[in-house]
Amino acid sequence: MDQDRRTFLGQTGKLLVLTASAAIAWEHVLAGRPEEAPNYRATDHWWGMAVDIEKCIGCGTCVRACKTENDVPHEAFTFRTWVERYVVDPADYEHPKVESPNGGYDGFHEREVRDPNLKMFYVPKLCNHCAHSPCVQVCPVGATFESQDGVVLVDKSYCLGCRYCVQACPYGCRFIDPRTHTVDKCSLCYHRITKGLTTACCETCPTGARVLADLKDKNDPIHAFLREHKVQVLKPQMATGSKMYYNGLDGSVR
Amino acid sequence: MPGVEGFIYPNELELQWSVLIVLYPFITGLVAGAFILASLERVFNVQAVKPTYRLALLTALAFLLVAPLPLQLHLGHPERSLEMYLTPHTQSAMAMFGFVYLWYLMVVLVLEIWLDYRRDIVLKWRASTGFARLLYGAMALWSDNISESALKLDDRLGRALTVIGIPSAFLLHGYVGFIFGSIKANPWWSTPLMPIVFLFSAIVSGIACILLLYFVTCWLRRVPVDMPCVDTIAKYLYYAFLVDFSLEMLDLIHRLYEADESFRALDFMVKTRLFTSQIVLQIILGTLVPLVLLGLSQLVTFREKTRRALYVLAGSLTLMGIFAMRWNVVIGGQLFSKSFLGYTTYKMEFATREGLLPAIVLMILPFVILGVLIRLLPPWGHGEGDRGTHAQG
Repeated sequence: MDQDRRTFLGQTGKLLVLTASAAIAWEHVLAGRPEEAPNYRATDHWWGMAVDIEKCIGCGTCVRACKTENDVPHEAFTFRTWVERYVVDPADYEHPKVESPNGGYDGFHEREVRDPNLKMFYVPKLCNHCAHSPCVQVCPVGATFESQDGVVLVDKSYCLGCRYCVQACPYGCRFIDPRTHTVDKCSLCYHRITKGLTTACCETCPTGARVLADLKDKNDPIHAFLREHKVQVLKPQMATGSKMYYNGLDGSVR
Repeated sequence: MPGVEGFIYPNELELQWSVLIVLYPFITGLVAGAFILASLERVFNVQAVKPTYRLALLTALAFLLVAPLPLQLHLGHPERSLEMYLTPHTQSAMAMFGFVYLWYLMVVLVLEIWLDYRRDIVLKWRASTGFARLLYGAMALWSDNISESALKLDDRLGRALTVIGIPSAFLLHGYVGFIFGSIKANPWWSTPLMPIVFLFSAIVSGIACILLLYFVTCWLRRVPVDMPCVDTIAKYLYYAFLVDFSLEMLDLIHRLYEADESFRALDFMVKTRLFTSQIVLQIILGTLVPLVLLGLSQLVTFREKTRRALYVLAGSLTLMGIFAMRWNVVIGGQLFSKSFLGYTTYKMEFATREGLLPAIVLMILPFVILGVLIRLLPPWGHGEGDRGTHAQG
């Protein structure tokens, strides 16, 4: 054995440190908080999403995937994500015909737009994970908060159920979970993205209309997307710092 | 979807704030208004309203004790409400509720009532036996010093407290207005006028409430109504109402003239779903009619009996109008979609946690508490509340 004492001590030391790190990480994985494990550094990420309206076909797969993945109640008023269908007369874009039957969960019935002057498109919606969230601002106990990596989350064990945040959200993204009597909303599949996976809605979208984006990652395609498209956020006049970037967002969309 | 017209976001189907949240600003408004009426006598030395001074303070306390109950009943997790005190989120207007409430309850109202009644409490303590003796002893904090100098100190402290109390009353209700006025997502609420509109409507409702309560207590006690007192209260009610009405009209005219993106949705709502509660109950019956009645009483010298009837009618209509105003703010602000493309309906339930029945109970409760308070601390004596000049018990 040609190992001297210095190498032996060095390797033993490394082994001890690594075992301890693994043990710490494993504890977090077991506790269901992998994002707190040492291998995920929240400060290295800044999450958002690119939504390409021109690619959305209104199939509702994202809505179904979200409900399944996140155990969202199957009620008509509980959606972490939903899809709206717009039929717009360009001459009267202030009065679009909008529908979202069951949040688009079952897709949309075929609608024939016979009038060639009308345009029709689908708009997927979800929490905008705003950088200056009005919902976070109003929560009386801080049960809803912005994580260091830019995701608006809810601590359900702390939420009072006062519903002030539901009133404050300009986009209608929040609802009360009838089972827990606390607020619920899109968590951007935080349990997935902190493990290197994408969100359930992005994962299942057959056309790639929604793509998870890490704005702090220089190699993320989001930068090219933002550079090469005319993108817009919902209700920019609300100045909420939304991180849901829509390509092809029509002026009629509310 | 039943009850839905046009397009609303799917999560908007359920209304978030019920009739209980209508009660909350209504009740705190009565507290603030009653207190401000009481301070007219104390700080501004309006002697005519003296017979209602103590009644107004006790009424404010009775309503303030009930004020947090509708909120508690509404919370999904009332057992967690203490978190607002322990770990408040300082950026949240709602988080400050607990502190403003406690400040107002303990520092302003309870202390002021205690200082004002201390002499009466000590005298009752001395004169009573058994449980009553124990109770009044505890209420006097087992201190029976009612010497001339001690009472003088009480009076000075009480006056200072009222001076602090007026801005506190403004804070209490202005803050309730801010809770709504600061929600930029909701154009029906989002206006910097909201706190000041809430404040003046609070003063109006508080004065109307005390006016009516004074009539009722006089009738129950079979004593004649002090006409200079009710004439003065009616005068103040009229002035406060004029300011309140002007502010509300300013808000309305501003909206009509600006006609921003939300205007069409709100205009439609006022003309349909809110027509009865906003146009008929709030503006016509609840504001214009009482304003005309009160204005008439200022211009024409009616007989006493006519004046009394006029004041009772105007006061009752005013209270109904202010309640309608709270309803239109809270419920009205949730009937339209934030997409401005559709409307939903509020279906009030009856015997549920947030239904009509608990709302009725919560509105009766302050009067029960007031009855107990009046029994414990009668607001009238030989000189109708002449502090320091009469003995009770």
